[in-house]
Amino acid sequence: MATSPAPMRTPLRRVLGLGSAHEGTLHFWRQRLTGLANLILAIGFVILIVALVGRPQKEVLDILGSPFVALWLLLMVISIAVHMRLGMQVVIEDYVHGHAAKPILLILNTFFSFAVAAISVFAILKLAFGGA
Amino acid sequence: MPSADLKASRPLSPHLQIYRWAPTMVVSIAHRITGVALYFGTLLLAWWLIAAASGPKYFRFVNGLASSWIGLIVLFGFSWALIHHALGGVRHLIWDTGRGMGKPARDQLAIANIIGSVALTILLWIIGLLVW
Repeated sequence: MATSPAPMRTPLRRVLGLGSAHEGTLHFWRQRLTGLANLILAIGFVILIVALVGRPQKEVLDILGSPFVALWLLLMVISIAVHMRLGMQVVIEDYVHGHAAKPILLILNTFFSFAVAAISVFAILKLAFGGA
Repeated sequence: MPSADLKASRPLSPHLQIYRWAPTMVVSIAHRITGVALYFGTLLLAWWLIAAASGPKYFRFVNGLASSWIGLIVLFGFSWALIHHALGGVRHLIWDTGRGMGKPARDQLAIANIIGSVALTILLWIIGLLVW
């Protein structure tokens, strides 16, 4: 029996390969995809910050609101939000097993990630379009 | 046997202090801790973006906080966490291809992760302070 495990799944389930959570490798794939995007976007962001250091404030605000920089920041903030939500989800699933605590923390995780994204997107759009 | 005795006599999985520390273990734990730290660190990014969008006065105040001693120490830690987590992500992307999983290679990748993150952080701050 140890050498030939009995198939517990129907052929259709095996072909679909979505597993018990019906998501398949979606979580894994998104984590890698956003991780790669974060890598590229964050390198640009760090270069931007170094380029902004020591500049007069007016110039800094103009640069942050310029189309290319604003778009870069928007992409980075959104990619980060997706990535960090997935990452924290795994941390919660690893350590929290309470019947109430786990779903509550998973919900708060999503709220937090979306809130950070929304606040940042709003600020970036205001910098780009606000005409302050 | 009463159920309490049965429970007590079950073997426990080894806990952290039982393991001999290995480089891969250090970077694995550091990857998770830096990930969680960056998760909450996004609040600082969102705060800074909101400050920039709030007008010159408040932006000047927040930049003043950021360039204070405490602010610089926090940002130094933030930058190290970001770089360590980014390099850890590259390490995982390499492993995802099936490469670098042998005994010497995986330890070399782990050590490169640690040394690389410290070296790049210091290099970044030397550049940053030079242009300041």
